[in-house]
Amino acid sequence: MNEMENILVVNNLQTTFKTDAGDIRAVDGVSFTVPKGKTIGIVGESGSGKSITSLTILRLLASNGRVNGGEVLFKGKDLLKLPEKAMREIRGNQISMIFQEPMTSLNPVYTVGQQIGETIQIHKKVGKKEAIQQSIEMLKLVGIPSPEKRVKQYPHELSGGMRQRVMIAMALACDPEILIADEPTTALDVTIQAQILELIKDLQNRLGMSVIMITHDLGVVAETCDYVAVMYAGQVVEYSDVRSLFKNPKHPYTLGLLNSLPRHDIEQEKLIPIKGMVPSPHEMPVGCRFAPRCPVATELCHNKMPQLLNTNDSNAEQIRCWMFSDEWDGDSEVTLYGEKRTIKG
Amino acid sequence: MAKKELLKVEGLKQYFPIKGGFLGRTVNHVKALDGISFTVYEGETVSIVGESGCGKSTTGRAILRLEEPTEGSVTFQGTDLTKISTREMRKFRKDLQIIFQDPYASINPRQTVASLLNEAMHIQNVLPANERRARIEELLETVGLRPYQADRYPHEFSGGQRQRIGIARALSVDPKLIICDEAVSALDVSIQAQVLNLLEELQDEYGLTYLFISHDLGVVRHISDRIIVMYLGKIVEIADKTSLFENPQHPYTKALLSAIPVPDPDAVKNRIVLKGDVPSPIDPPAGCRFHTRCPFATDKCRTEEPLLRTTSAMKGEHEAACHYIEEIAAGTMIEK
Amino acid sequence: MTKYIIRRLLQTIPVLLGVSILVFSLMFLIPGDPAQVMAGEGASAQTVENLREKLGLNDPAYVQYGRYLSSALQGDLGNSIRSGRPVMEEIQTRFWVTLEVAIYSTILAVFIGLIAGIISAVRHYTLTDVSIMIIALFGLSMPNFWLGLLLIQWFALGNLPFDIPFPEFLKMRPSGWGDTWRQMVLPVITLGTGGAAIIARMTRSSMLEVIGQDYIRTARAKGVSERVVIYRHALKNALIPVVTIIGLEFGGFLGGAVLTETIFAINGMGRLTIDAIRQRDFPVVQGTVLVISLLFVVVNLLVDISYKFLNKRIDLN
Repeated sequence: MNEMENILVVNNLQTTFKTDAGDIRAVDGVSFTVPKGKTIGIVGESGSGKSITSLTILRLLASNGRVNGGEVLFKGKDLLKLPEKAMREIRGNQISMIFQEPMTSLNPVYTVGQQIGETIQIHKKVGKKEAIQQSIEMLKLVGIPSPEKRVKQYPHELSGGMRQRVMIAMALACDPEILIADEPTTALDVTIQAQILELIKDLQNRLGMSVIMITHDLGVVAETCDYVAVMYAGQVVEYSDVRSLFKNPKHPYTLGLLNSLPRHDIEQEKLIPIKGMVPSPHEMPVGCRFAPRCPVATELCHNKMPQLLNTNDSNAEQIRCWMFSDEWDGDSEVTLYGEKRTIKG
Repeated sequence: MAKKELLKVEGLKQYFPIKGGFLGRTVNHVKALDGISFTVYEGETVSIVGESGCGKSTTGRAILRLEEPTEGSVTFQGTDLTKISTREMRKFRKDLQIIFQDPYASINPRQTVASLLNEAMHIQNVLPANERRARIEELLETVGLRPYQADRYPHEFSGGQRQRIGIARALSVDPKLIICDEAVSALDVSIQAQVLNLLEELQDEYGLTYLFISHDLGVVRHISDRIIVMYLGKIVEIADKTSLFENPQHPYTKALLSAIPVPDPDAVKNRIVLKGDVPSPIDPPAGCRFHTRCPFATDKCRTEEPLLRTTSAMKGEHEAACHYIEEIAAGTMIEK
Repeated sequence: MTKYIIRRLLQTIPVLLGVSILVFSLMFLIPGDPAQVMAGEGASAQTVENLREKLGLNDPAYVQYGRYLSSALQGDLGNSIRSGRPVMEEIQTRFWVTLEVAIYSTILAVFIGLIAGIISAVRHYTLTDVSIMIIALFGLSMPNFWLGLLLIQWFALGNLPFDIPFPEFLKMRPSGWGDTWRQMVLPVITLGTGGAAIIARMTRSSMLEVIGQDYIRTARAKGVSERVVIYRHALKNALIPVVTIIGLEFGGFLGGAVLTETIFAINGMGRLTIDAIRQRDFPVVQGTVLVISLLFVVVNLLVDISYKFLNKRIDLN
């Protein structure tokens, strides 16, 4: 893949949180790339570090969080090294973000227009009147009926779906190059989710931005993303294009996740869950973090952490699993969640 | 095999008063449930699905009389639960258990798991006190926990484990019916699958009946025998699992099913994106409640309320509440 | 809005009626006969009886109450037993003094309290925060009379424990209340300190809670500078509980800071009340309690109305 096509490159990101019980490495070596105009999904269960990754990119971590290493290259420049003022000019302008809870993500004491207008005023250096005018245009763009009326309303006067539309209007007001959507539809009902996802996709096509879609919902990933990074316990375990991820999942965790998912569209006999649970952030395994739950983990897996490496098939696909390395010390044929696999090794 | 009725809900209404005005009079009602009827047979799993505000959780709570229903009857094994005294109702609580979305919220954090289960058994007088400890350990093993965890406190468990404790508590009194109110909704997929499998195993082992309340249609398809679809306090469609997913009749059910993202990038999508939001249950639309968002709505829909009915194209006890089931199926309705 | 204010005013009627009944029954609850007190120790039984008749004290309680209420509504709270002047007049002269002290004290408390609270919240768990909170704890636990005496010792009498030059204008006599603003400085500091401490603590905790809200993260994600995040996005939300405290503080100051007024020899409401109690001047006690209650009700109403401006979610109707 040509470097120039990638608008954002995240390399070996490390984020730590100080807690009373010691430091937590919430993000530990996350790497992925965001091609221009494409949607990349970051999928994982709670505690996988997917939201922290997005907050680290925009440097919006809580005060007890710290970036310990890695780089976030936005059009070639490392965001982690920018002075705060330059970073502020990027936030909401070139990279903007929407959040999971539309109910609480808008300031209750300001009108919709004031809140969208604020972004416009900061970044476009226009007056208040012009900002409100542009806010109305944005509300129109995100499909809010009678925007002239809505612009004067307070968040509590809007439904959850409407509020998420307002959040999107605010995020897109300055025509960003990247939109980070952190679980944008998780708090919404499924018919409203469909509206919002369709809106994001439609706006992406019209405005040509890249989207980082952070979600736990594999259905949302399949529908909206071009590339996917699967995260587990603070690390990316698999990165590939969306089709190969669903058609030919490679990492045992990805496979396990797909097998535990109850589907509404097909009849399944029995779910095959992943045994055990996510390790505590205070007691991360020394080897592969998935090893304690993995059905085929070997000596090697338990003792040495695998790296995120390109697979032989394609260089756009990366896996963090010993099975795909020459060092693999297990059987050459394994059964994973009811599926037989031959390991090349 | 003849099906045995376990629970029969008839004309159940739940209106919550809205207080207002100078003297705090009741100025209006939230019509959370507006006359719903259904039957649950022994040993089956019936699911109630719908979006927020449709009344699915209210139904569960009204059956258990956690909130006194406004109108209608709930017949459990021949007894109308709405007519009996609170004292008598207490006895029935042994047979009717509920598991909530967040079991942590309903657990006293200063109580160990053992004392929690012991209390449940004590209240219903299930076993002599000296036999309870053994039973507690057995229950924990049944739900996939370790007996030595009995003396731990709720905060020492993960979300999935707490849900197992919730299940153990429900099981401790040998119930006949368990109402699962979004019981697996807060869990991560990998843990959710574990708990769903557990629920299924327990059903086989103890002959339990589940009333499963959920917004997740994937989960519902997996666990249910029959499914009830609700919208704004009314049942819009009721059918066995296969009919509902393979042959949905009500436009709302169709839209709901089509709205769920499919975890398959090659899936063929015929998405029906509904316009607008669910109207307020305070002043629900007249006629068919779905008419404000329905792509087929006519004047008749706006004035006349459709009743649950079946057509020749529908198998078994499949019913839907729409005036135009046949026309929509035949493709003669004009879509707006 | 107007409808709300009218309704709220109507709702205060039962409260005030309750207070008036309570105040009125004071007369029956406390030992001693008011007529006896008025007539003096050595008065004959006949004189006292005549006085009782004249004052209407022999009428049934509800008749007396009705009379009391109807004259109170006309602004007549009776006459002071001690001075013979109308109670209303006594209260009026004292009220303005107290009001002035209360306003300045509140301004001082709000000014210092808000700034300290905000700084503390923004730099929470740092040395600055800990220092501010320790000082606030001092301010809170320091009795007013002690602080007042200390201030008099240091600034009015010039007995400083340390040798620093201090402004001449602060040197004043501790007694002899005049009308120059300078003489307000010490009592206002005395009263304001405690208020500032309470407001600082409230502002800090309220700000900390708001700073953790999702919409603050949204503001940062928009590229808003930290200053604007704090003052525009956080403070307005954080003020809601603080306003309640400010209202209560102001109401308290209005009710008269008995000890502070005594120490600084201020002829305000507090001293009027305490003197009246001491001298069993019942009409004055009744009058002051009634007026103070009325003031509290009004301040509370103002607080509630200010909510509407701060929090758009509150529907006053």
